[in-house]
Amino acid sequence: MKEKVITSNKLSRKFGDFVAVDEVTFEVSKGEIFGFLGANGAGKTTAMRMLCGLLAPSSGSATVAGYDVSTQPEMVKKNIGYMSQKFSMYEDLTVKENFLFYGGVYGLKRKAIIERLSMMLGLLNLSHVMNSLVGSLPLGWKQKLSFSLAMLHQPGIIFLDEPTGGVDPITRRQFWDLIYEAAYDGITIFVTTHYMDEAEYCDRVSIMVDGSIKALDSPENLRKTYNAASMDGVFQELARGTSTK
Amino acid sequence: MRALPHIIRKEFRQISRNKVMLPLLFLMPILQLMVLSYAADFEVKNVNLVVVDLDKSSTSQRLITKFTASDYFTLVGSFESTALAMQEIEKENADLILCIPKDMAQDLDKLMPVNVQLLLNAVNNQKAAIASNYSLQIIHAWNTDRFKDMTLPPGVLPLTVDIRDSYWYNSQLNYKTFMVPGILAILVTMLTAFLSSINIIREREMGTIEQLNVSPITKFEFILGKIIPFWIIGMLVMSFGLVVAYLLFGITVSGSLFTLYAFLAVYLVAILGIGILISTVTETQQQAMFITWFCIVIFLLLSGLFTPVDSIPEWAKILNLFNPIKYFVEVMRMIMLKGSSFMDIRHHFLVMVGFAIVYNVMAIRSYSKTSG
Amino acid sequence: MKQYLAFVKKEFRHIFRDKRTLLILFGMPVAQVMIFGFALNNEIDNAGVAIYDMSGDYESTLLQNRLNASSYFFIERECESTDCIEESFRQGKARVGIIIPHNFGKDLLTGQKPEIKIVSDASDPNQAQVLTSYATAIILSHVRDRASVVQQAPVVNAIPRMIFNPELKAVYMFVPGVMGFILLLVSAMMTSLTIAREKELGTMELLLVSPLRSWHIIFGKVTPYWLLSFMNAIIVVLLGITVFDMPMNGSVPLLLASCLLFSLTALALGIFISSKANSQMTAMFVSMMGLLLPTILLSGFIFPIENMPIVLRVISNIIPAKWFILIIKGLMIKGSGMSILWKPISILAFITLLFGIAAIKNVKPRLNQ
Repeated sequence: MKEKVITSNKLSRKFGDFVAVDEVTFEVSKGEIFGFLGANGAGKTTAMRMLCGLLAPSSGSATVAGYDVSTQPEMVKKNIGYMSQKFSMYEDLTVKENFLFYGGVYGLKRKAIIERLSMMLGLLNLSHVMNSLVGSLPLGWKQKLSFSLAMLHQPGIIFLDEPTGGVDPITRRQFWDLIYEAAYDGITIFVTTHYMDEAEYCDRVSIMVDGSIKALDSPENLRKTYNAASMDGVFQELARGTSTK
Repeated sequence: MRALPHIIRKEFRQISRNKVMLPLLFLMPILQLMVLSYAADFEVKNVNLVVVDLDKSSTSQRLITKFTASDYFTLVGSFESTALAMQEIEKENADLILCIPKDMAQDLDKLMPVNVQLLLNAVNNQKAAIASNYSLQIIHAWNTDRFKDMTLPPGVLPLTVDIRDSYWYNSQLNYKTFMVPGILAILVTMLTAFLSSINIIREREMGTIEQLNVSPITKFEFILGKIIPFWIIGMLVMSFGLVVAYLLFGITVSGSLFTLYAFLAVYLVAILGIGILISTVTETQQQAMFITWFCIVIFLLLSGLFTPVDSIPEWAKILNLFNPIKYFVEVMRMIMLKGSSFMDIRHHFLVMVGFAIVYNVMAIRSYSKTSG
Repeated sequence: MKQYLAFVKKEFRHIFRDKRTLLILFGMPVAQVMIFGFALNNEIDNAGVAIYDMSGDYESTLLQNRLNASSYFFIERECESTDCIEESFRQGKARVGIIIPHNFGKDLLTGQKPEIKIVSDASDPNQAQVLTSYATAIILSHVRDRASVVQQAPVVNAIPRMIFNPELKAVYMFVPGVMGFILLLVSAMMTSLTIAREKELGTMELLLVSPLRSWHIIFGKVTPYWLLSFMNAIIVVLLGITVFDMPMNGSVPLLLASCLLFSLTALALGIFISSKANSQMTAMFVSMMGLLLPTILLSGFIFPIENMPIVLRVISNIIPAKWFILIIKGLMIKGSGMSILWKPISILAFITLLFGIAAIKNVKPRLNQ
């Protein structure tokens, strides 16, 4: 049995009367690519924000890298990387300046940041943008850079919130290559998406509908259970299930 | 505290990239000092005079000449009736109508006192009062002059005094020395307050704040990292302003520069604390800017920069106890003009230290990395 | 027209949904008019006098009493030396010192022209001058009144009469200024920020690709703000009349028309600024620097324009608030009619037109991009 790096126990979040996340329970093992699927508004981002220590849970508990998200959010933050749905690099700074800044915030040395950045840009074939203003780059590149940024301080766990939103299929494919490489290195990946085809790339997927997890297993098992040809079919099956209840 | 230098460096990089803000930071002091110090002048130098002379004697002519010979009055017209002259006041062409009654010369010769009427446009209350006082002085002087040339009958006395005025601390009545320190104060305040209040909101609107919130950066580091760059800018702008004030108007700091900067240092922390507090409690740049604007306008107009604050009502005085700009304007004037020492401004200094602590503690408390 | 109305409705919904902005839009002007109407005051009220009476006779005592009795001054301290006057200045207790010479009474009554000295703390030169001039006037009128004691040589007496504002109230001077200042700023800033916000968020582009005509977009965005600004103007005028006892001597329809015109001026300015600025921050800075200070300084709100150097006097002519303040003063205080006010009204209309054209010219190329 592999070490559990994320555990969630009846984690819930309410906004007024609205229950965004309803008693969500799951575990993620080290080195796993864990997909968090659901339609828009299903509560994926809310759950992820709680796991990252950005949002306090209303009830229930969760630990990330062994730390409790409600009582030790700052310790959680030291051990994770996060890429938000909204692009979050400074557009008026260059790529290098952004990395130097965020790296500095995590206490990395200048030399180490530049070495790692050069290495990562090399892998992405983006070495030439080192000194370009971020605002001038195309969206796909920015997404890859954001991912590298989340990986900069070599966290054990990375949270990716809709990392491929709005990018073309080729770039998405390349992006998933990056994720695989990271997982190969032993990094745990927690990724939300509403592209069902991307779910196929995950080791395990949980499917959220209306704030709670309706299914959790490997893509292969899920397809079998629901007797569907693709994850999209699984999802439709689940969605139909809830609407008839 | 490892993250701090990185935040500061980042802020400076962003400021240096901003092509609108940077020139503004250094053009503004020059422009404002020039415009403000020439515009902010209360002195009544020019009263437009309209004459209704019904006497038309050499005596009445001499009285009119006495008026026009003074620096204060400019004769802009003469009319046959008061009603016609009144129209000039209504059109704002005239400030004062001098009405000389018929037979003035004759009555004076008969040793009878004569009343001339002064009609003043009192929409601007202060100007009217001053113009009226100028006129009284001129008529008094004219009376006194007449007595010199006259041989008065026995027992009749010229009852008169001679009034000499002198102005201490600023004998030239140079209002620029008075305005410039205050203007510098306002300038530094507006710049730093706006920059800081917009800053955090902007990070939030752009989504970058989320990335910082998941990092191990502490609240204290974050707020400090936001304060220090603008604090340095405030110090630089003030220094630049002092140089401009010296080059343009020859105004120097008569007190200690060290005391001035010591106060400025604390003051900036207080103002930046307010700015950051505003940006943590508002949701959009628009709200932040309006609230900042609202506070600044109230603080500014009550600061004593433009109008004296001695005669404001009691409740406004209490409100003013919490007005940091008022303290700063006062201290700037005390140190720059009267050469006050640290002991003279120690009360102001302590109040400002209090503001700085309160506002920043509130800012740190209201900024939360974790929502809900 | 139907599209236009739909658009206006949408904008109104935006505005009313955002309670905070609504509060700002209406609460702020009211709060500011109240605070400034009460607090901005240049009336001289009980200034401290340090008196150094070397003579101490009946006549000098009478003069002291006369000063003390006026509402402008009170005798803060009786001094025995000029040093003592300076000390009261430094402590900030007295602002004026009056020195009465030896044998004041005797010299006065024998026509010897005694010399009275008025010294003042001129670290605030404006105040010092005003105080000196008040003190002079009080002394002179006292001396004139004493003339009944002896047979006075024939003199000309001046009888001042204050027209339009017999009590010399400061509100007559400041309230119209506050009205113009706040209306202009709130409306212009509001408009420029809304448009800059749409640009920043990218929603402007969405509107631009829609089948709406460009003028529909601009006028649709602006109409609600125009109406709101006009409502603001009415509220502010009513405050002036009810709270600050401003008179209303002129024609009410003309006043309403002027407010409507001035709201339009503010909007044109707002659009103009937003056409130049592409972020809210820039729009705000331009509004602050380009509107706030020039309006305070060059509109005649606080500082008399006629005192300024010629360059600034020329510049003041393009400050819309200057003309609005003139119109308000003319209408409310003086009760002037169109025969006098046609000039500022047409100038204001002209400025509005100018800014309006400049704004539309500047917005259009962006719309076509």
